[in-house]
This record gives sequence, structure tokens and C-alpha cells, in this order.
Amino acid sequence: MAWGRSRPVEGLRAYRLIAGMWIRSTLTYRASFALTVCGNLLLSGLDFVAILLMFAQVDALGGWTLPEVALLYGLSVTAFGIAQLAFGSVASLGGRVRDGSFDTLLVRPVPVLAQVAADRFALRRLGRGVQGSVVLGWALVAVDVDWGVVKVLLVPVTVVCGAVIFGSLFVAGGAFQFLAQDASEVQNAFTYGGTTLLQYPPTVFGRDLVRGVTFVLPLAFANWVPAAYLLGRPYPLGLPEGAAFAAPLVAVVCAAAAGAVWRAGLRSYRSTGS
Amino acid sequence: MADAFIELVDVEKVFEVRRKTGFLRRERRSVRAVDSLSFTVARGEMVGYIGPNGAGKSTTIKMLTGILTPSGGRLRVAGIDPSRERTRLAHRMGVVLGQRTTLWWDLPLIDSYRLMHRMYRIPDARYRENLDRLVELLGLADLLDVPVRQLSLGQRMRGDIAAALLHDPEVLYLDEPTIGLDVMSKARVREFLRQLNAERATTVLLTTHDLQDIEQLCSRVMVIDRGRLVYDGALAGLHEVGESERTLVVDLERELPPIEAPAPARVVRVEGPRQWLAFPASESAAGLVARIAAEYPLVDLSVREPDIEAVIARMLDTPADTPDSPPDPAGHTVR
Repeated sequence: MAWGRSRPVEGLRAYRLIAGMWIRSTLTYRASFALTVCGNLLLSGLDFVAILLMFAQVDALGGWTLPEVALLYGLSVTAFGIAQLAFGSVASLGGRVRDGSFDTLLVRPVPVLAQVAADRFALRRLGRGVQGSVVLGWALVAVDVDWGVVKVLLVPVTVVCGAVIFGSLFVAGGAFQFLAQDASEVQNAFTYGGTTLLQYPPTVFGRDLVRGVTFVLPLAFANWVPAAYLLGRPYPLGLPEGAAFAAPLVAVVCAAAAGAVWRAGLRSYRSTGS
Repeated sequence: MADAFIELVDVEKVFEVRRKTGFLRRERRSVRAVDSLSFTVARGEMVGYIGPNGAGKSTTIKMLTGILTPSGGRLRVAGIDPSRERTRLAHRMGVVLGQRTTLWWDLPLIDSYRLMHRMYRIPDARYRENLDRLVELLGLADLLDVPVRQLSLGQRMRGDIAAALLHDPEVLYLDEPTIGLDVMSKARVREFLRQLNAERATTVLLTTHDLQDIEQLCSRVMVIDRGRLVYDGALAGLHEVGESERTLVVDLERELPPIEAPAPARVVRVEGPRQWLAFPASESAAGLVARIAAEYPLVDLSVREPDIEAVIARMLDTPADTPDSPPDPAGHTVR
């Protein structure tokens, strides 16, 4: 299906165009926009407040100190924030399919995934990423780590890979809505549930859950494994030494799988209609 | 000119419908929405596509635009298989879905056009030229800076049509383009489509429930019913196929029992001194009028041409295997 310009480039361009339209649409209601941005910042800050409250009572959580848990939190929430900003709209695909307006996206000469991802693009979602990176910034200063080039580089790489992993989850979940249009709550359990899970050290969870989050939905590579490397802690499940650097590979595999699931979903829509 | 721009050969579309029959049990049933549909449309033709709800009109349009993949048969538009090369075809077609706007609700109309300009990569000069022309022909000059949510239905429809044509498509699909519009707006849309087809030779396929659209725009009409093409030809031919009847309205001096007219003419309605007689559209009214004038105290009379809606309703009724066919159109013939 490739001709002329490559599809990823076309997709990015279309994404930019459509997201720009949505930003301008949102800005026609300035007061409402300002309020939702503030509300979002407050709300997404609350779960870190919950962690702070816990540490008011205890010195460590599953053996991890406050700066260390803040590192987990910062990595997870920043990556999730980026993914949600870029791909969060895919989660509301079901509504478009249900009311039939999805068809109007299919008659345009640009990739559908880009259109769906940019659909109702909401700048207010920036709040979560900003809040996550503030915590991450503090954690990086506060943790007791002997920083070297490799460890410094690992931080941005981890954030980007985490964002790709969460983004893949959004896309795959969206594709599932071609089949079950009211499945967005199931998807939320994995995306929002996943990011909340990752905010706590793996040592507080049962082995089976950690296994699932490592091998089935490889969210562990978004923060648990790289953070364990940074902090010189044992890896969850006794993973091999190089696991901290496997994140890019995991991210690529996730993205490819999400792409395949997306194409299958789109194909099933186009052969069944709605 | 004779080349087929749109070509369908035995196209069919089967939907698998799953219905809940119990807690976890599902019943699978296939529904044939379009059944061995074959037709061709030449470049520059303007074709009306009509049929009752659920007949397969939308499914056909969706296959032509590449939204849906046919279950079988061969379908080509401008030599392209729409479902395989959807994006490539998108540059060459315009689509207006009457009940669904593609304009940006909260933004001024012109913003939607600027998006089209960039999304379709329309060269600047051609974009400006097309925009100027469409704005003038569709009377959009005063609306360009108005947010779309403030436009009336008719204004929005004109806005949508312009949006679909900025990239100079070779074919325009219109799904119910006049639905919900007032008389003036309808007239304006029709006049524009006529010009578009005449001057730019754009191929137009439109579905509608408003038969005036067809009467005023289309030289050719296709009727689809239960997924099958039941008529394809000139509008005039519909009357013959539909065995349509004309109506003679007779005003007598006073109330009288129903006129004893020679068969096949017959009285279908009596209301005081006025009587309605139906007779085959293919027959001359002269003999019938002369006969009535000779035998009855005639005050006034008029002849009504067949109502195309009734013609189609009767035509769809003709295949006798239809228990759930549309209601008897007798009440329609006289209005």
C-alpha cells in the first residue's frame, strides 16, 4: 500500500494538521480550556500526593525509599502522559464507529490511524506529562545514584520506550473497539491501570502479576527494569543483566504488534461495516 | 466518452450478523445487502440512485468509496479497486454525506477549506481558483468567517459540497444532498449540481428520497431494491415499467354516482361533485374526456401526470414474492 511518500511521514503530517485544527477549536472556548488544564494538573497530581501520604507513615515501600518510588512514578507517568497526549484519542474510536462518523475518515487521502489518533486532540492532556516530569526531575536529583554516561542516557531512552509501549496499548485497545464498540473500559483497565501499577515497586506485588506485566504486557520495561538498573537493585524475576537495555527492542515489538492488530481491526470493519 | 468510469460486475456484499440468543449463545446469520449488482457509469454522467431504506444504496456508495470491501464481484472506479487503493482514489473523488458534515464545527468555514487545501495537497493556484469559483456559485462569500455551528442546515450543506470539490474530483458521490433543506436551498443546490455536471463534466452519483432531485437533475436513474438493481434507464421509462397511471380530475355540476367509464379507466375517488379517474399513462386522454363530456354535465377538468414516487412504489411492489412490500400506492395517485 505504499506509493509516493512513505506512510509514516504522511501520517505524521496529517496528524499535525488535524491536531492543529482541534487545538484551534478548543481555544475558541478559552475559559473552559484554562479550567480543564488546571483541573487536570490537580487531578493527576493527586495520586502522587497519595504516595507522599504513605511515606508520612513509613520509611520504605517494599524496600524502596521515597525518591526511588518517585523515580518509578516519574518514569511511568511521564511516558504515559506522552502516549496519552499522542494516542489517547484512539480510545474513543468506539464512539465514532457507533455513530457512523468513522466513515468520513475513510474517504480522506491520509492514513486512518493518524486521523483517529489526532481526533479530538486535547492539549489539556499535557498536564499529566508535565506533572510526571516534575516528579521525575526531583527524583533524579534526590536518588542516590552514581551517574555515568550510560545511566544518564538510559533515562530519556526509557521515557521514549515507555511512551511507545503505552501508545501501542492505546492503539491495540482502540483496534479492539472495531469488534466491541463499548470496550473502552476494558482498555482503561490496562492503560490507566497499568500506569498506576507501575508507580509502586514490583516488590509489593505478587509474582504472577509481575510476570504478567513483564512477559505478557511488557509494561515493566517502561520503568521497573531500567529503574532497578539505575538504582543498582535486583531485577524483578531475576531477569538477566542486559534486560534494562532491552526496552527499545520491546518497544519496537509492541509497536509492530499494535500495528498488526490495528490493520486487522480496520480490515474487519471494512468487511463487516456497522 | 463511452469508457466506463464506474464499473460493477456481479458485486455482492454479505454481512455476518450476530444476534444474542442467550447469555453466551449467538446466532449467526448472513444478510445479503447487495446481490450481484452490475452497472457502469460513463464519465460525465449524472445518475440518480434510489430505493427504499435498507435497499443497499448506502452499502453501494460505501463500496464505491472504498469504505467497505465487497464480498464478491469486481468493482472499479477510474480503473482503481477502491477498497485496495482507498487513499489513491480519495484524491479523485468527492463525497458528501447529507446527514454528516465534514466541516469543523467550532471553526470558521474557511478553516475547513484550508485544511482540505493542505490535506489533499492542492496546488495553491488551483486551490484559490476553485475556492473563488465555489464561493461564488454556492453563495458562500458572507459565510467564510462564520463558525460552522452557526450556519443553517442549507448553508452547511452548500459548505460541505464546496469542501468536497476543492480538489477537483472526477466523481462526486452525494448521499441525500437535499435532505432537510427548504425549497430555496434545494433549488440552489440543484442548480449548482447541474452546472457542475454541465461545465466540468464531473461524474455525479446521488442517492435521494426526494424525487424532484432526480426529475430535475438526472437523465438516468437506477432503482435498487433488496440489494438488486430493478431498474436502470431513463427517467421517462420508469413510467412504462411501473405501468403508471395518469389521473383525470373531473368537476361535475352536481353530486352524481361514480362515472361509468370505459375500462381500463376507472373512478378511484369521489368527493361531492368532483371525481378522480385513473387511466394508463400510455393512453390518450382525449377519448375518455370526449365520452365523459358527452354523457355527464361537465364543468371543468384537468389531467395529472403520474407521481413518480407512486410509480416507484408500484414498481417495487410488482415482484409478487413480497409480503412486506410498501403500502398500496392507490392513495398516492390522486392528490
